[in-house]
Amino acid sequence: MSVKYTEDHEWIRLDDDGLATVGITNYAQQQLGDLVFVELPELDRDVAQGEETVVIESVKAAGEVKAPVAGTVVKANEALNDDPSLVNSDPYGDGWFIRLRLADPNELDGLMDEDAYQAMVDDLG
Amino acid sequence: MSHEDQGEAALTPFDAMHRLAGARMVPFAGYQMPLQYPGGIISEHLHTRAAASLFDVSHMGQVRLDGESAAAAMEKLVPVDVQGLQPFRQRYALLTNEAGGIVDDLMITHAGDHLMLVVNAARKEADLARLHAGLDAECTVTYLADRALLALQGPAASRVMEGLAPGVSGMRFMDARACRVAGIDCFLTRSGYTGEDGFEISVAAPDAVALAEKLLAAEAVAWAGLGARDSLRLEAGLCLYGQDIDENTTPVEAGLTWAIQKVRRAGGARAGGFPGADRVMDQLANGTDQLRIGIRPSGRQPVRAGAELVDAGGAPVGRVTSGCHGATVDGPVAMGYLRSDLTAPGTALAAMVRGKALDVEVAKMPFVPQRYYRG
Repeated sequence: MSVKYTEDHEWIRLDDDGLATVGITNYAQQQLGDLVFVELPELDRDVAQGEETVVIESVKAAGEVKAPVAGTVVKANEALNDDPSLVNSDPYGDGWFIRLRLADPNELDGLMDEDAYQAMVDDLG
Repeated sequence: MSHEDQGEAALTPFDAMHRLAGARMVPFAGYQMPLQYPGGIISEHLHTRAAASLFDVSHMGQVRLDGESAAAAMEKLVPVDVQGLQPFRQRYALLTNEAGGIVDDLMITHAGDHLMLVVNAARKEADLARLHAGLDAECTVTYLADRALLALQGPAASRVMEGLAPGVSGMRFMDARACRVAGIDCFLTRSGYTGEDGFEISVAAPDAVALAEKLLAAEAVAWAGLGARDSLRLEAGLCLYGQDIDENTTPVEAGLTWAIQKVRRAGGARAGGFPGADRVMDQLANGTDQLRIGIRPSGRQPVRAGAELVDAGGAPVGRVTSGCHGATVDGPVAMGYLRSDLTAPGTALAAMVRGKALDVEVAKMPFVPQRYYRG
């Protein structure tokens, strides 16, 4: 169950059921600050790698979550509609955004592993 | 606290305290300033309205005017009654340009034998140029680079200050006083920019950290950063220079006519006589094409600065200049400029966000009741 990371601070985890779960990293939620609004995608939507898939808004700033790899949205975390702060309090757990059926699991190989992502964040200071 | 320069951002005297408190520091108007502390903007915002928050606003410019004719001279730069300002009273003012646009908004205080100004950080250079050009012949303009400024804001502010400076809880909104706070010489005004009761405290830079430590020792008091300051002022309906007002908006368009006292208006003893008076007086008499108004989005999604406002037919009728999540109203709040004939509260419009039309309504400001202490 490996987790991969993007340069835009998304994480994606391939789960045992063959679907992948997508969220943003702890670094990303800290940079955004308190989230106050999340707009989830419609189910069954096909997304390309890098496509803006979720709209997120913090008190201060607007942002988006991009699809780390291509796939089909099969589930969205409806709990975020009522409580966007789950992304701040538990970014790798209850604060997940979507689950994807991957178009090509090999695309995951092009993403960063934990060590590479951590090194990138350390470089950001 | 050095005067801002082109290179490295300046630091306020509280820089080490902010970092020790875990602040996320960001560059702002030439300074490194705390955006937020570990609790986050929402908790800092709510704490301010429930107890008291301490804001470092030392990036703002403090300017002293000396000379018997300082008040009369200042009236040539602002559409405000400065000569009528009573000793140890403070007043909101606007520097205007020749087209009636707003060069800056500022506070003017009658400090007994001189005037004190507090101006926006990003406008110091522009303001000082204007002050020197307009006033040097009649009074002395001194930029006080060696003073820090703190704002203690919230319903507990009065009790905390009374404990450190007995008697100051009797000051009314916009009163000023030179006195010791915890044994440290300070210049206080009962004012702020959050909509709450509170004080702004000017202190010599070498004494600044000791004063902040005394204030933070009170259980009710915690640091709050620029992020909370912005959401608090927006809920309170207060303008942010550079967003809601600038050189292209006039005091009348901005809905700041309350800052132009009768004596400076048509028929007043000292009517006009400030830069751009012709245009401002004409707008006071005949109205303007656009006005600053409050906006309440009907959903949860914030509407940000830059969003276009459109009518039911999709035609552009205005623009949003500030927008964020208001933690006290627990929803999005915004302000902006709108065609004057559409400004009745309750008017239904839409704001364009990411290509989508979000339903919004024209709303009365402030979005939360102001709680200034008027005695």
